[in-house]
Amino acid sequence: MTGSLPAYNFAYLDEETKRMIRRAILKAVAIPGYQVPFASREMPMPYGWGTGGVQVTASIIGPDDVLKVIDQGSDDTTNAVSIRAFFANVANVAVTTKTAEATVIQTRHRIPETPLREGQTLVYQVPIPEPLRFLEPRETETRIMHALEEYGLMHVKLYEDIAKNGHIATTYAYPVKVEGRYVMDPSPIPKFDNPKMDDCPALQLFGAGREQRIYAIPPHTRIESLDFEDHPFRVQEFDRPCGLCGATGVYLDEIVTDDRGGRLYACSDTDYCEERRMAGHSGPAL
Amino acid sequence: MTTDQPLLIAKGVTKHYGARTGCEDVSFELYPGEILAVVGESGSGKTTLLNGLSCRLPLTGGQVSYRMRDGTLRNLASLTEAERRFLMRTDWGFVHQNPADGLRMRVSAGANIGERMMAVGVRHYGRIRETADDWLTRVEINAGRIDENPASFSGGMRQRLQIARNLVSHPRLVFMDEPTGGLDVSVQARLLDLLRALVGEMGLSAILVTHDLAVARLLSHRMMVMKDGRVVETGLTDRVLDDPRHPYTQLLVASILEV
Ligand SMILES: [Zn+2]
Repeated sequence: MTGSLPAYNFAYLDEETKRMIRRAILKAVAIPGYQVPFASREMPMPYGWGTGGVQVTASIIGPDDVLKVIDQGSDDTTNAVSIRAFFANVANVAVTTKTAEATVIQTRHRIPETPLREGQTLVYQVPIPEPLRFLEPRETETRIMHALEEYGLMHVKLYEDIAKNGHIATTYAYPVKVEGRYVMDPSPIPKFDNPKMDDCPALQLFGAGREQRIYAIPPHTRIESLDFEDHPFRVQEFDRPCGLCGATGVYLDEIVTDDRGGRLYACSDTDYCEERRMAGHSGPAL
Repeated sequence: MTTDQPLLIAKGVTKHYGARTGCEDVSFELYPGEILAVVGESGSGKTTLLNGLSCRLPLTGGQVSYRMRDGTLRNLASLTEAERRFLMRTDWGFVHQNPADGLRMRVSAGANIGERMMAVGVRHYGRIRETADDWLTRVEINAGRIDENPASFSGGMRQRLQIARNLVSHPRLVFMDEPTGGLDVSVQARLLDLLRALVGEMGLSAILVTHDLAVARLLSHRMMVMKDGRVVETGLTDRVLDDPRHPYTQLLVASILEV
């Protein structure tokens, strides 16, 4: 392999590109929830792998950082493993699966169960950054709607949800209002995780590669999930603990355990589950 | 029916498309509760005028002033975009000839009606639904169809839904562009009756564009006849239709009588 690898700059992106992305990030932090356009670069991976998040991570990561990458709460899906390996390779940074040890956490579809702390940065991979797109496909129009705080359409969507399902059936990418101003798509995390965004001590950055948008939630920002007075926002509730570690009040995945219909409900956050089991907790399935 | 202060004042309203004239030097005053019909053949500039008056098209010349709810008369061109958009979704209505242009075809009838309420911050699902229910009944749509998308509605129902969607905010002024165009004659008649009743009940002012003199006769108090972008005759509707003075109006009226 020696000699065949092209010479990459630290963290793959050249310094000029990183500066451009950092400027977008700074602007995003200054205007919480506002989508800042940036010139997205081609990355050596398909868009579906979160190139927006990867570019954000590449622009903020330093040699002393410790990186964790999760996908659906797990550190060991192909996507998570590949992105982690990519950064270990092009930035030579320390990697971890432990939430508490990480300084930068890149994620798709979850916020870790272990509460984040000051000094950490959570980088979300975002497929579709525009929460208004569902009812207004015109970009020129959605931009005006954000500028003028015309967010009635978000409630039209929730209204439809209730009319068709009897309750707000949106469970992923549940829209939020950031610091009382911009309405934002939190990326396809379960609405279970929405409350974790509120007043979070960590910095939250969102990168959409294909759509070329970056947005941010600075530490300790007020995040409200949209709802109706008579249909208030509620997170998913699970009527059982994690089968492996016995945790309650966490987000569970259903896992098919055999071909006879056996099922296991376990923490989607694999690191959290392991930590608990190491600490001696165990669930009913064990 | 009318009060002493005009609701809308148009002065020298002009719209050019490059070298082509859309409408030229149109002036009039519209009073509260008054229905003004703008009639003419296609290409006469009546739709251009309607779009210019309702801020949907920037004017080349002239000025439109509107009396806001607080009583002040404002030049529409001086409103901020936020004020203009707020006006358009609260104090104004716009009924398109093709209901699909004025409805959200991919959400339910209830959401179509409720949209204006949600736009001004109503956050109570039950109340929005109750109002939508009430409006469906008022426009003679079975309230049982509240959760259906307008795509499943007939042309006449869609048009009635579009009207409900506009009137739910209790606008003071409604712009209508051939509201009965494209509908069967019997459906048209029912819609006209409904429109006349609603407009009367709510004390609405309206500017109605139509090529159909019968529609103008039934709905409007006053009429403006347009030809080649200019107003050629204006007056009380009955007077214009019974005693047309301009040769063009005489021609229009005669052509109806022949049918
Ligand atoms: Zn567990």
